[in-house]
Amino acid sequence: MERHFEHDLEELKQRLLWMGSLSERAVHQAVQAVLDVEEHMAESVLEEENGINEMQIEIDERVTRLLAQQQLVAIDLRFILAVSRINNDLERIGDQAVNIAQSALRILRHPQVKPYVDLPRMSEIAEGMVRDSLNALVRGDIDLARSVLARDDQVDLLRDQMFRELLTYMMENSAVVFPAFELILVAKNLERIGDHATNIAEDVIYIVAGRDVRHPALDRR
Amino acid sequence: MNAAATVRAMQTAIPATTPGAQETSEPLRFKIRGLNFFYGPKQALYGIDLDVPANRVTALIGPSGCGKSTFLRNLNRMQETIRHTRLEGEILLDGQNILELDVVKLRKRVGMVFQRPNPFPKSIYDNVAYGLRINGYKGSLSELVEKSLRRSALWDEVKDKLSHSAYALSGGQQQRLCIARALAVDPEVLLLDEPCSALDPVTTAKIEELMFQLKDSCTMVIVTHNMQQAARASDFTAFLLDGKLIERTVTSKLFTTPTDPRTEAYITGRFG
Amino acid sequence: MSFRTAWRKSVNIVMLSLTGACALVTVSVLIFILGYLAWNGASAVNWDFFTKLPKPVGDTGGGMANAIVGSAKLLLIASLIGMPIGIMAAVYLAEFGGKTFSFIVRYTTDLLNGVPSIVIGIFAYAVVVIPMKHFSTLAGGFALGIMMIPIAVRSTEEFLRAVPRNLREGAMALGASKWKTIATVIVPAALQGILTGLLLDVARVAGETAPLLFTAFSNRFWSPGWNQPIASLPVMIFTYAISPYDDWHRQAWAAGLVLLGLVLVINIVSRFVMARRAAFLRG
Repeated sequence: MERHFEHDLEELKQRLLWMGSLSERAVHQAVQAVLDVEEHMAESVLEEENGINEMQIEIDERVTRLLAQQQLVAIDLRFILAVSRINNDLERIGDQAVNIAQSALRILRHPQVKPYVDLPRMSEIAEGMVRDSLNALVRGDIDLARSVLARDDQVDLLRDQMFRELLTYMMENSAVVFPAFELILVAKNLERIGDHATNIAEDVIYIVAGRDVRHPALDRR
Repeated sequence: MNAAATVRAMQTAIPATTPGAQETSEPLRFKIRGLNFFYGPKQALYGIDLDVPANRVTALIGPSGCGKSTFLRNLNRMQETIRHTRLEGEILLDGQNILELDVVKLRKRVGMVFQRPNPFPKSIYDNVAYGLRINGYKGSLSELVEKSLRRSALWDEVKDKLSHSAYALSGGQQQRLCIARALAVDPEVLLLDEPCSALDPVTTAKIEELMFQLKDSCTMVIVTHNMQQAARASDFTAFLLDGKLIERTVTSKLFTTPTDPRTEAYITGRFG
Repeated sequence: MSFRTAWRKSVNIVMLSLTGACALVTVSVLIFILGYLAWNGASAVNWDFFTKLPKPVGDTGGGMANAIVGSAKLLLIASLIGMPIGIMAAVYLAEFGGKTFSFIVRYTTDLLNGVPSIVIGIFAYAVVVIPMKHFSTLAGGFALGIMMIPIAVRSTEEFLRAVPRNLREGAMALGASKWKTIATVIVPAALQGILTGLLLDVARVAGETAPLLFTAFSNRFWSPGWNQPIASLPVMIFTYAISPYDDWHRQAWAAGLVLLGLVLVINIVSRFVMARRAAFLRG
């Protein structure tokens, strides 16, 4: 029997996915702004931040309403709890994108420190993680979600690599300290984006399989 | 002090607004003002002001004995069947005072479904056709009977046994039959007095879905002691306590951020 | 086994036996009556009995056709008087009555029920026979009708009250006035019970003899119309049983058997009516 609140749950999912696509695009544009030294792209990221924040508030209101009015259980309950968490992760991703854009605006006044090798690779992986975690949500695909979890280590490694490399540059040449430092921040932001994408993937596994895979080191029997 | 007493002690801090006044600009089906009701010398309802928007579900919640059934039964003047009762105040249906309307005509426009299913000891067909027959309807009864049974989601289950006794149906089916019977005369309003309290959860869910579909053509007022049902199934909820209307607002707001602490105490189950 | 236990057990056994014996006696009485009637009257229950008129005094043979028809006519009039009044009064009591008036009505109904049947016969004599200046079917029917009223009222009222309140509310909520509710919902709902009560009422007055003695009197021939004295089974039994003729005695037994048979048939029919309706309602 179809219940009318299923329509509300479906709408909620659509809103979340829309927010996801906004965040995804913000990350991509912010990184492009750094790599291609595009000022207007960085600015567009800053302008669109409000849209993401408004969506977060709207989604939270919808979640509250649904929780108050419907006694959701099982998959519906897991879904709505996960939506609430994913909502926050997506907003944080948006914030990280804004930080990257701000770094881009600051870097473009300086010459390029070095050819970007690790940065595009890292951003490709991080963006891929965001995209795939949202696709996993759409399709309820646990395997795709797990592949996102697996890539987190790669992102962390690349961040460490970038840190070491940029530190060396900063030590050798004090003139590049400022832009190099911004690049370290960008790397940090990308690594955080990877973490948030990982959280989203964990929430997808929670919805579909009912398992909380957040801290595997903890022995939860 | 127990929770209820604490809450009552906070009464003085409540701002004096008319709790039942309309919040949205929805057209109203019922407008109730200053309703006082007495069983003999004992007062049961105190100055109730309530708006019932058209084509929406309004739920009345409150602890046992708070007067919600008494209130509901005044809307189709069923309380008049009890001796020594007295009503003061105004009940306007589309602007007309229902006390000035012919009671038979009123009850055609405002139907009622009761707590325990009460089909007549007649066939299913005769049950649904009853209201039409006594009101002298002269058209095709069979068509209307089918239409009503479809509207109450019962047609498919009974279409080949219309001549069977209504008592052969299960409790949930009987209640849907009573809904069909009430709908047959095409009322503008349907009053439901705890319609699901004698039914199992699956049947209850079916009837709630039914209400959702009927909304467009029928205003509904439902009394329920089951708060979750009010939360799930209604658009507006009114909270009554000791014969007074405490709060009435959009359902999602009442169950997330109620204004009155007594309401909050009741819906969170902290009430006595 | 302690003394107390033994005592309790023996008390139980004694009471069980006592109550069982009394139940047996009750059943035995009916069987005894039936048996006695059958033994003595079965031989006289033949086709002639049902179709022929009584022969002149002293002659053997003949039947009680006129008495059978007579009883039927008397019961018809009695029903036409007793049933409507009984039902309507019961409707009043069940649906409308105020506290004091209802109490008075019920009390007097019970008193009426206790009035000896012969007194009712005298009443009918004074009210119908004397003005008409002769015995008649009408007078007999009138007396029996009055006897039917109390039971009709009480039994109908019982069954009307037994109709659940929520059925009335359901009808009224659909816009039925009080009378429509009574006529279309309450009475039909109580119908099987009411009919049963009325049938049993008829069966009861079918055997009343005393009131007929000076209202319908008796008649050795057919009684056309409603103004003539008329024969009836109970009076015929009375007349024949105290006569000196053996043939008449046998016919009296036969009449008793037929009367009892009539009562049994009415009982069975009423049960059949109730069972049919119950089956319909069960679905």
